[in-house]
Amino acid sequence: MTVLKVKFTKTKRDKLAQILWILNWVSVVSGIILFSLGLFLKIEIKKRNEVMAKGDINSVPNMLISVGVIACVVNFLGGKICYDCSDANKFSRWKLIMLPYIICTFCFTFCILLGALMCYTMRNELEESLYLGLRDAIKFYKDTDIPGRCFLKKTVDMLQIGFQCCGNNGFRDWFEVQWVSARYLNMASKEVMDRFKSNVDGKFLVDGVPFSCCNPSSPRPCIQYHLTNNSAHYNYDFLTEELNIWVKGCREALLEYYTAIMRSIGIAALLIWLFELSVLIGVRYLQTAMKNVLLQGDLQGESDGWLLENSFVETAKYNINIIKNLGKANQISTVSGMNDPNINVQNTNCGKSNVTAKSIPAAS
Amino acid sequence: MALLKVKFNQKKRVKLAQGLWLMNWFSVFAGIIVFSMGLFLKIELRKRSEVMDNSESHFVPNSLILMGILSCAFNGFAGKICYDSLDPAKFAKWKPLLKPYLALCFFFNILLFFVALICFLMRGSLESTLAQGLKNSMKFYRDTDTPGRCFMKKTIDMLQIEFKCCGNNGFKDWFEIQWISNRYLDFSSKEVKDRIKSNVDGRYLVDGVPFSCCNPSSPRPCIQYQVTNNSAHYSYDYQTEELNLWGRGCREALLHYYSSMMSSMGAVVLLVWLFEMSVMVGLRLLHTSLESIANPEDPECESEGWILENSLKDTLKSALESLKKIGKFNQVEAGAEGAEGEEAGKTPAITTVS
Repeated sequence: MTVLKVKFTKTKRDKLAQILWILNWVSVVSGIILFSLGLFLKIEIKKRNEVMAKGDINSVPNMLISVGVIACVVNFLGGKICYDCSDANKFSRWKLIMLPYIICTFCFTFCILLGALMCYTMRNELEESLYLGLRDAIKFYKDTDIPGRCFLKKTVDMLQIGFQCCGNNGFRDWFEVQWVSARYLNMASKEVMDRFKSNVDGKFLVDGVPFSCCNPSSPRPCIQYHLTNNSAHYNYDFLTEELNIWVKGCREALLEYYTAIMRSIGIAALLIWLFELSVLIGVRYLQTAMKNVLLQGDLQGESDGWLLENSFVETAKYNINIIKNLGKANQISTVSGMNDPNINVQNTNCGKSNVTAKSIPAAS
Repeated sequence: MALLKVKFNQKKRVKLAQGLWLMNWFSVFAGIIVFSMGLFLKIELRKRSEVMDNSESHFVPNSLILMGILSCAFNGFAGKICYDSLDPAKFAKWKPLLKPYLALCFFFNILLFFVALICFLMRGSLESTLAQGLKNSMKFYRDTDTPGRCFMKKTIDMLQIEFKCCGNNGFKDWFEIQWISNRYLDFSSKEVKDRIKSNVDGRYLVDGVPFSCCNPSSPRPCIQYQVTNNSAHYSYDYQTEELNLWGRGCREALLHYYSSMMSSMGAVVLLVWLFEMSVMVGLRLLHTSLESIANPEDPECESEGWILENSLKDTLKSALESLKKIGKFNQVEAGAEGAEGEEAGKTPAITTVS
């Protein structure tokens, strides 16, 4: 029993081939879109790499880029095949390649799906990476005279201004690190020495934040120091004051920014996946229809096309058997022909060709 | 003696008309560009209207928009004429319109040239507008609880951050105004009282600047208060410190921004002007060459085209005379007289050609 059998006449086949040819070219464009989305994400991540810890965040953009390139190649080939399908002579040279092509493309579409899903699952890794990266960046904020970190202060300041955020989780993160370089502290002054001594690690900690935390929307001139000390400022209560400095932490702000980007990229990738899958189904129909035409020998006659030769359950069983056989063959060859890698290849090839040879008469 | 006399045969005339038709459509496109530049400039100016004096007029953007629309209309019309000029029957109905149209076109091009010049010359008035506007808005920086000025602080802060500038001419402008609202000053504190008393007007002046003046590139945490007091900060000399606050005044920064925008627009308008001039010259040649066809029944014949019928001097003289006539007589009479005079001037020219 075949799944989703459709009858094709000669004109229908030709029309299908033409439409598939166009759709394959559209798919090439969608591959380019995937590629550029990946590139865009990579650039966006690279832009802020100073506040991100080294991790496998780049896996998503890399995945998208490689999937995009492969999609271009695969669909280009598909377009070529579909173009040649209208001519039986030309089709004969693709005959053997078509089934492996469909299987490979079928597997490949799942790579696209994987890429799309990765866009949604990356949030945790990204959060982790941002957390560590921002922590380090805040820690090194004061090191404007250490080579390699000279511009970290500027980066963090611009980030806080641009993303309207303060600190890692919030402004209090600045209270826990020494963000004023010792170079600009007067060690002779009593106040500074007292502050140093009161701290276990000998750090100069203040309840203040850099100027970039200030919120321009505040009606009052920005209060940066003695933030938690109500008596230091007139008419000030730090618990109710919401507009003075940015309340949102930069991790949250950046995370929101990147998740929004990746969510839209994920949707685009999902749509492309659906499109590729539908094109692939079309190619499968074309392939089975063309195969049956060649078997019947009547090039102008009608022929059947289908998605699967047997029902789902049977096909699944059949494939599992093939995989089992392959596993066995591999095992045997690894045992018997350790020194000769060619045998391995031959064996698997034989297995495959046997399978296809078997399947063709079954199909007819 | 005609200026720039060119001989045309049928083929050349067709080619000229076709070329002009195409160029006119390009001109329509150029008109759209001028229009959108004007719109863009208007929006840009409107965006910063809070830091510009109220007397600031949108003269440049408005004239650019007007020029863009006029150029679209004129060139669309000219394109239609050029398209029809190949067919004598269709051309006949345009014939009487062509001369006034060309005169209008000429004035339009002069106007366009002036608009281009204005784009370059607006700098001065923009500077005074900005200086006045920034001064006023800085004065109202503290009035965050006065209706209508609630967001002035935010506007100025964003402006200073975005344009990397501080104050009107420089950061010292902030020392001369009270930018901290009385609402946030503790009048029971001795320090505040002393400061208010020490000032004649009873204002609270500090040698400090708002946070938005701070330069993120500075290696040291931003010093906002006691900016000119070296002893208040360790290892600090305000005269050599360049990175702490933005050194540039906002007037200069904004002026640079707008004048660079306007001068590039002026350059584009000049290019459009050159293009329009060449289109007009072409149209004039087409017009005269079609008018000077001796035999209307034979459209294949050769004819001559020119830009001016007489030399430059004579044309100026006759133009002056007709102006004088207009001055002497009332308008209706002078108009009729002038038209007659022109007709009289035209017929001998045609006869000489034929």
